[in-house]
Amino acid sequence: MLILECPYCGVKAEETEFHGGGEAHLKRFGPGSSDDEFHGYLFEKVNPKGVHFERWRHANGCGKWFHAARDTVTLEVFGTYPAQTSEPPQDIKDKISAKRPGWSWREFA
Amino acid sequence: MSTRLAQGGRLLNKDRTLKFTFNGKHLKGVEGDTLASALLANDQMLVGRSFKYHRPRGIVASGAEEPNALVGLGKGARFEPNQRVTTTELFDGLTCESQNHWPSLEFDVGEVNSKLFARFLPAGFYYKTFIHPRPFWKHLYEPFIRQSAGLGKPPRRGDEDSYEHFYAFVDVLVIGGGVAGLQAAKAAGEAGARVLVMEQTAHWGGRAPVDGGEVDGQPVDKFVDEIVAALEEMPNVTLRNRMMGAGVYDHGYVLGYERVTDHQPEAKGPRHRLWRIRAGQVITATGAIERPISFAGNDIPGVMLASAVRDYAVDYGVSVGDRTVVVTNNDDAYRTAITLKKLGLEVPVILDARASGGGRLAEEARQMGIRIETGKGIAKVKGGKRVEGVAICAQAGEGAVLEEIKCDAVAMSGGWSPVVHLWSHCGGKLIWDEAQAHFRPDVDKAPTGDAGEAFVIPAGAANGALDLAGVLADADAAGRAAAKATGHSPKSAAAPVGKAVEEAAIEPIWLMPQGAKVQLRMKAWLDYQNDVKVSDIQLAAREGYESVEHAKRYTTLGMATDQGKLSNINGLAILSDALGQPIPQTGTTTFRPPYTPISMSAIAGEAKGPLFQPLRKTPMYDWHADNGADFEPVGQWRRAYCYPKRGESRHGAVNREIKQVRDSLGLLDASTLGKLIVKGPDAGKFLDMLYTNMMSTLKPGRCRYGLMCNENGFLMDDGVVVRLDEDTFLCHTTTGGAEAIHGHMEEWLQTEWWDWKVYVANVTEQYAQIGVAGPNSRKVLEKLTDDDIGPEALTFMGFKDITIAGVPVRCYRISFAGELSFELAIPASNGRAVWERLIEAGAEFGVTPYGTEAMHVMRAEKGFIMIGDETDGTVIPQDLGLGWAISKKKDDYIGKRAQERKHMADPKRWQLVGLETVDGGVLPDGAYATAEGTNANGQRKTQGRVTSTYYSPTLKRGIAMGLVLNGPDRMGEVLEFPKVDGTVMKAKIVDPVFYDKDGEKQNV
Amino acid sequence: MSEPVSALNGASFDGTVAVREAGLQGMITLRGDLSSAKMKKAVKNATGAAIPGTREIAVSRESAAAWMSPDELLLMVPYDTAAEALGKIDAALKGEHYLAVNVSDARAVFEIAGAGVREVIAKLCPVDMAPGAFEPGTIRRTRMAQVAAAFWMVDAETVRVVCFRSVAGYVFGLLCDAAEPGGEVGFFV
Repeated sequence: MLILECPYCGVKAEETEFHGGGEAHLKRFGPGSSDDEFHGYLFEKVNPKGVHFERWRHANGCGKWFHAARDTVTLEVFGTYPAQTSEPPQDIKDKISAKRPGWSWREFA
Repeated sequence: MSTRLAQGGRLLNKDRTLKFTFNGKHLKGVEGDTLASALLANDQMLVGRSFKYHRPRGIVASGAEEPNALVGLGKGARFEPNQRVTTTELFDGLTCESQNHWPSLEFDVGEVNSKLFARFLPAGFYYKTFIHPRPFWKHLYEPFIRQSAGLGKPPRRGDEDSYEHFYAFVDVLVIGGGVAGLQAAKAAGEAGARVLVMEQTAHWGGRAPVDGGEVDGQPVDKFVDEIVAALEEMPNVTLRNRMMGAGVYDHGYVLGYERVTDHQPEAKGPRHRLWRIRAGQVITATGAIERPISFAGNDIPGVMLASAVRDYAVDYGVSVGDRTVVVTNNDDAYRTAITLKKLGLEVPVILDARASGGGRLAEEARQMGIRIETGKGIAKVKGGKRVEGVAICAQAGEGAVLEEIKCDAVAMSGGWSPVVHLWSHCGGKLIWDEAQAHFRPDVDKAPTGDAGEAFVIPAGAANGALDLAGVLADADAAGRAAAKATGHSPKSAAAPVGKAVEEAAIEPIWLMPQGAKVQLRMKAWLDYQNDVKVSDIQLAAREGYESVEHAKRYTTLGMATDQGKLSNINGLAILSDALGQPIPQTGTTTFRPPYTPISMSAIAGEAKGPLFQPLRKTPMYDWHADNGADFEPVGQWRRAYCYPKRGESRHGAVNREIKQVRDSLGLLDASTLGKLIVKGPDAGKFLDMLYTNMMSTLKPGRCRYGLMCNENGFLMDDGVVVRLDEDTFLCHTTTGGAEAIHGHMEEWLQTEWWDWKVYVANVTEQYAQIGVAGPNSRKVLEKLTDDDIGPEALTFMGFKDITIAGVPVRCYRISFAGELSFELAIPASNGRAVWERLIEAGAEFGVTPYGTEAMHVMRAEKGFIMIGDETDGTVIPQDLGLGWAISKKKDDYIGKRAQERKHMADPKRWQLVGLETVDGGVLPDGAYATAEGTNANGQRKTQGRVTSTYYSPTLKRGIAMGLVLNGPDRMGEVLEFPKVDGTVMKAKIVDPVFYDKDGEKQNV
Repeated sequence: MSEPVSALNGASFDGTVAVREAGLQGMITLRGDLSSAKMKKAVKNATGAAIPGTREIAVSRESAAAWMSPDELLLMVPYDTAAEALGKIDAALKGEHYLAVNVSDARAVFEIAGAGVREVIAKLCPVDMAPGAFEPGTIRRTRMAQVAAAFWMVDAETVRVVCFRSVAGYVFGLLCDAAEPGGEVGFFV
């Protein structure tokens, strides 16, 4: 069972306090988008072996959504950060680069 | 015969006798006994029958690894099957019974059967033998298997004991309270780390006090006493015995299984406590387990691990036999021979399979006059329900008997395997140690935690250190390393120095004799509990099961409740040999938690009986219960389904309640409806995105029914939205939707539109909500308020803050029943009081409380949809004729883009209609309307289905709603709905609004 | 006016600790910019307490302000003064973007008292209750068995627990079960 640190309240808590929310940094496509764009937004989620970015909510806690950068194989957590961003912050990316040189995830590396 | 000795018994208090029964026989033990030692003290060699062949079985081990001696313990609500006698502490009044025998332990029909059936029960018999011929299954195989299958009996009554969980957080968790665990804990504790040590038995020191040796020049048991006393003095160290490390999981999570009152069942407190521990570092000081040797008859009662024979003698003062033959491939078993001899018991011979024999311990044994035969082994153990003798052969041969020796016990040792289970649970890797012939932890490949760091450290015998000096040095280093890894500074004190007799090298022996013929291999057991023999593994290999995981499943080796603690290494060695490959190449099977079985109740903890799950209650719940309500679960809520009067059926009650609402007056507890405050300058814009309707145009003081879709376009919730003031809205959700829709709102606000100025608060439970419905609803309210709620002052879909019975109440004029009705939002703490005033004031109108079923029927009579009935996660508002609730003016709302997809606009989507049965009966819920022809699977084609169906007391006939192909264009057509009983029900397609189509009743 | 009644009407139990429903408690959910001067004033006016730091609870006589999230506080005042306190907040924050709502009836509050309070909480919540790890002045929102709850220590032997009103019976049952005599763990020394 994972432990994650909520970046809002600073609590390092076990998984049962949180609620997983799937892939992070999705771009919403609404009316006016093509079928392909909309399909990609709703249905084409990545499922990588290794570095991954996910959304979590501190559901039994402060209620805030945040992002976690995590290795899906070793379960190492590289870091967590608030959800009000459309891409991973540089310090998280640097931390991953130090531990997993040459990593990439979707359009990020 | 096995018996209690006059001397010995390190763990016993012989002054206190304990009575117990085994299969109804009254026996006596003493305080400190395990059930195993007490049974042996009473010469109860035969304790159970094997699972498959019902062979007589006795105690093999002295600890958690015991495969044979499982009993049904206790009686009635406290009966529990499959309890290991070796880990059950004896208490006064204990009762137990043996398992897997019919009709009795001494005489078993299954054993006779097994002689007939043995050739039908080879490896993989589950998969092949019983398939053909088919008729045999019913008349022969199944009755036989049913009679003999199963391990113990399930308890018949509920568990009356209590259980609990406990969350603990420590820097260093030490699993195992032997000398390694204690020394590791001391090293970590002295560095200042918060340490928890758990030991599965009731005693500290592990097997070191039995094996002997010296630490810093004093006997090892004295060392144990001193280190335990030292640890007890340390405020940052907690010692916990009768607590097993059950499993090691991700990120330093460990389950500890504490058996609090198993040994004193009459004591207060929980029976088991499941510790949910989060540790910075975990030290697995779990020791090692001795391996049996595979020779013919190694399962006959009286054949025991050499270490167990020694444990029973030293710890419990019990001799397993008067004449014990020792058979070994290593020096450690000589300790058993020496111990027995010192106690005055006979050791006719030590059979050392090694051609070169043993070292200094062998020398000591020889000087005591014990006969030692090197390069020899056991061809066969003689006896049935107990050992009668052994036939000796050359280890290098095929089993030609050289000599027969009478004996009543055999002590065997095939070497020691580190207990690597807890190291392995979370991904720790193993390496094969050629010199010691065992797998041990590969310390460079430890399980890793949340920061990517190694978090498990093996210590002592669990790390392959088998001698006392090595154990203590290794454990001390482990304790220091763990302390350091958790940010503490280890002290510079020197580790204690252990000293034990030097031992000669082990020589791996996987089969005895080396060239044993098939008759012998068929009697050489690997897995006692699942009855797997050497010949089974060899057969599996011949049949192509090369992967150890496949061979395991095919033969069931290691799949019993002992998880192969004794059998795994021997089994995979046999498999490797059969495949002609080295052992490391074969590898091990996966170790999975728990280490030994733990009780289901411990896992459940407090979650049983009334605490099984949270039950949510409204402020009026107790009134409903006091007034005969029949409750139904709605999510975790308990809502009144109806209020049957004495002698009245549920159906009758529902019909009565509906009639009374339509004729006069009813009250509904609607408190469970979700209530969310949405406030801010952007609240209107936000709700325009959340609802399909336009909410920003709603005038303050007004209500509007709204629909909410998910991004897939599917309808997910509905409810009345109220605009309280310019920038404050109150959104009602369905009962089940309150938390989900609150979460949905927060999700979009936090993760997509985080720059919008909107705050949301869930005020669902702040209010008791009462629906006051029926033609007399205004009259009853007017009796209780001075405020004007007349038709002009409070219009349909409006609201007003009023005072009822002195309580400030928000009064909405909305209707779900189709009558003149109001909903009152009352501060919850006054909810019941206002409800009671309404009941009193309504008496003159014959007021009735009504439940959820009456509400459902009345909304169906009005053609109102219900989320979860008309919707199932694949229905869009357009399917339900709710196009009017979808704003055409908005560029965007959640779900709009999805609803533009081609298949969402497909005219072939089933659409909502009313259904009126031809015979007036009630359609079955979920019934399908059939169409002509069959589909590709040969099934009848369908053209619609029932989504809601009720008897309408208002219309005095069955009414239903359903989704039907081109439904709205087919008014008057009759559809056929087959029922499960084979008959067909016919129903006409009609408008879904059955009652008061023009809404005149609610607009008065 | 009818007398308001708390969820369990003051139910109590004596076990390894004393468990008691603390009765009606005025509560206000306040959301807004916690760093603004106007917010500071609003909280001060309503409760007398300062804005609490992250995961802290600031107590002032009979009132308190508890940190719920970076943009939310839970203000506690005597039950019958909640409307008055709400009025003060509305006055102080007029023109600001904020949300203040009376939730006095939406919750149940329990007080457990005795030397074993840390253990009772540790049986139910995945929180490190060791002295030093959790002390008075901190509030923790978490999971209590199967429901959401928040708790803080009033002093070394008193803990207050807040949960939703509808599950008051469940939470009371949990606390009583965890306080059952004979269940002492002896882990926190």
